Amino acid sequence: MLSFVGRRILQIIPLLVAISIIVFVIIQLPPGDYLTTYIQQLEMTGTEVSEAQIQLLKNQYHLDKPLYQQYFYWITNILFRGNFGLSFIYNRPVSEVIGERMALTITISLMTLIFTWLVAVPIGIFSATHQYSVWDYFFTFLGFIGVSVPGFLIALVIVYAIFSKTGVAITGLFSPEYVTAPWGLPKILDMLKHVWLPIIIIGLSGTAGLIRTVRGMMLDELGKQYVITARAKGVPEKRLLFKYPIRVAVNPIISTIGWLLPSIISGESLVSIVLNIQTMGPVLMKALLSQDMYLAGSFLLITSTLTVIGTLISDILLAWLDPRIRFGGVAEET
Amino acid sequence: MPTGLSVVTRLRINKNNKKQLSKEEAYYVASQWKLMWWKFKKHKLAMVAVVVLGILYFGAIFADFLSPTLPNERFSDYKSAPPQIIRFYEKGEGFQRPFVYEIKREVDPKTFKRTYVVDKSKKYPVYFFGRGEPYKFLGLFETNIHLVTSEGPLFLLGTDELGRDVFTRILYGSRISLSIGLVGVVITFVLGMLLGGISGYIGGIVDTVIQRLIDLIVCIPTIPLWMALAAALPRNWPPLRMYISIVVITSLIGWTGLARVVRGKILSLREEDFATAARLAGASSMRIIIRHLLPSFASYIIVSLTLSIPNTILGETSLSFLGLGLQPPVVSWGVLLQDAQKLESVAHHPWLLLPILWVVVTVLMFNFLGDGLRDAADPYK
Repeated sequence: MLSFVGRRILQIIPLLVAISIIVFVIIQLPPGDYLTTYIQQLEMTGTEVSEAQIQLLKNQYHLDKPLYQQYFYWITNILFRGNFGLSFIYNRPVSEVIGERMALTITISLMTLIFTWLVAVPIGIFSATHQYSVWDYFFTFLGFIGVSVPGFLIALVIVYAIFSKTGVAITGLFSPEYVTAPWGLPKILDMLKHVWLPIIIIGLSGTAGLIRTVRGMMLDELGKQYVITARAKGVPEKRLLFKYPIRVAVNPIISTIGWLLPSIISGESLVSIVLNIQTMGPVLMKALLSQDMYLAGSFLLITSTLTVIGTLISDILLAWLDPRIRFGGVAEET
Repeated sequence: MPTGLSVVTRLRINKNNKKQLSKEEAYYVASQWKLMWWKFKKHKLAMVAVVVLGILYFGAIFADFLSPTLPNERFSDYKSAPPQIIRFYEKGEGFQRPFVYEIKREVDPKTFKRTYVVDKSKKYPVYFFGRGEPYKFLGLFETNIHLVTSEGPLFLLGTDELGRDVFTRILYGSRISLSIGLVGVVITFVLGMLLGGISGYIGGIVDTVIQRLIDLIVCIPTIPLWMALAAALPRNWPPLRMYISIVVITSLIGWTGLARVVRGKILSLREEDFATAARLAGASSMRIIIRHLLPSFASYIIVSLTLSIPNTILGETSLSFLGLGLQPPVVSWGVLLQDAQKLESVAHHPWLLLPILWVVVTVLMFNFLGDGLRDAADPYK
């Protein structure tokens, strides 16, 4: 087991390096850099920027050095000093800007993940055991809707619907009094009051997909010999369900964290822009549009790394559950 | 009856002699594609999807004929007007030719809100196949015949802030949004088949490298990646170049799904007996892939491609909605939804949200279609 974990960790290190390079290249793609945007802005407001000033700023942000050197500065700063650079827009260290928002992003993503599991697994099992019933068709239909309708559009429609009925704009994560309040129990309670809407919206498509997967797996298992044997032996239905088919069906669920997590994070970015939640979505937009390289790059890097780690954890969990994978046997690949 | 021939051969001879086959016999001699078609027809939702998608694409192709006006035509007298219905019946005068009433803009003295009041005193007849704004039909010849026109406020779905007819814009927008799905699929198909096929058939180092590449792309969250790539496009590119770039960006992520499917299928089929037999008979690798392996998983390719079309459409809609994709004056559903971003304008003018309906229906229909194809692809069930 330990050797498996060790091997997997070694495998993801080149992956992370490659991701960091790709992220850096992508951020640098737009022509020019932050400085050109900044100078444009200054000139629009009428301030003159002298050559000396430009040179000073360039030196300060290492923008005159060749690209690969900029990359090395960035990476070494992150790895060895935990310094993610300076955000040009906010003129504060990136770690400060990202810090609170990233915590919120991660919290919402994790809560959505847990919500997805808690809702999808029981519904999938229920749907499988009551196949072709009214409820089955109903949930299958809901599943289709969930997969087809994009999160941010649902967010728009829901926000509009609630606004027109009650005149209350559900945007934002906190009631007005709590927005700038320091973190404490009342703030957390207030957030919990508001957070259910984003979670449902973001989690809808993932939940729908998971329901169908669980249902499919359960149906496969319920048709197998050992279930019939157990029934013939007189094992009560509930115990029968829990001891065998559900355990097998849970397998792919663990392995699907791999694709569920990036889809939740990306869906969350879009929905948070629409709902105006204080997570990374809106900030990322601004950073990309003004080429705030450190801010945008660090966010992409952190989320990609988290995704890779999430996949790693799910692989380890799966290996722990299913010995066939540990010993390099043929695992079920859906 | 000659008994030296097998059942199937005898049935085939009967078929060639145009003797009527019983249903069961027909089932045995049917080709793979015929079986798939029969299975597909059984899937009611998929058949519905074919019809609806046919209507949508028809609307996109003939958008200029079907819409009352042009997408960028502004009616300054009717800004932000609510939807108007074509009326057939007037109180006191009975049924007559279809018409629209005049609407007048009024400002509520207390809230200063602009509302439109129907003015029943003025009527504008609605003409079918009437003359309206000139356009180029299918880019071929200039004409100005529209399906429905009127001199009055014929705004079936209302107007936006600049007084442009929403229904017209949705129809024209469907041209861009629906075609992006198809063009993107071509790119996805080429990339996915190429890389998946090479990866599966050659194996070894090439396989590992391509697999790592796919893992890499899957790890980076899609929408932030799209946003970053789209933000890299200069604002001032001509619309066509923007269009192609957006398609390329959204397909760049999509091909990984197809590549994985192709690779998996090739890996499992490579060791099959018929492939070994072909190899022993001296067939080249290319011939083996195309002639023998490909038909076996063609159906899975079709399913995967069909299911990636809605993703491409959604990708374009999301990007344009955020302002990172296509820009006005290009009309696509995402661009139309840009106007819907502001909460106040949506609250007062909810008809601006109607493009959402088109997006949802399109994506839903493609999902049904893909589901039907997936069921049909297993004809021996």
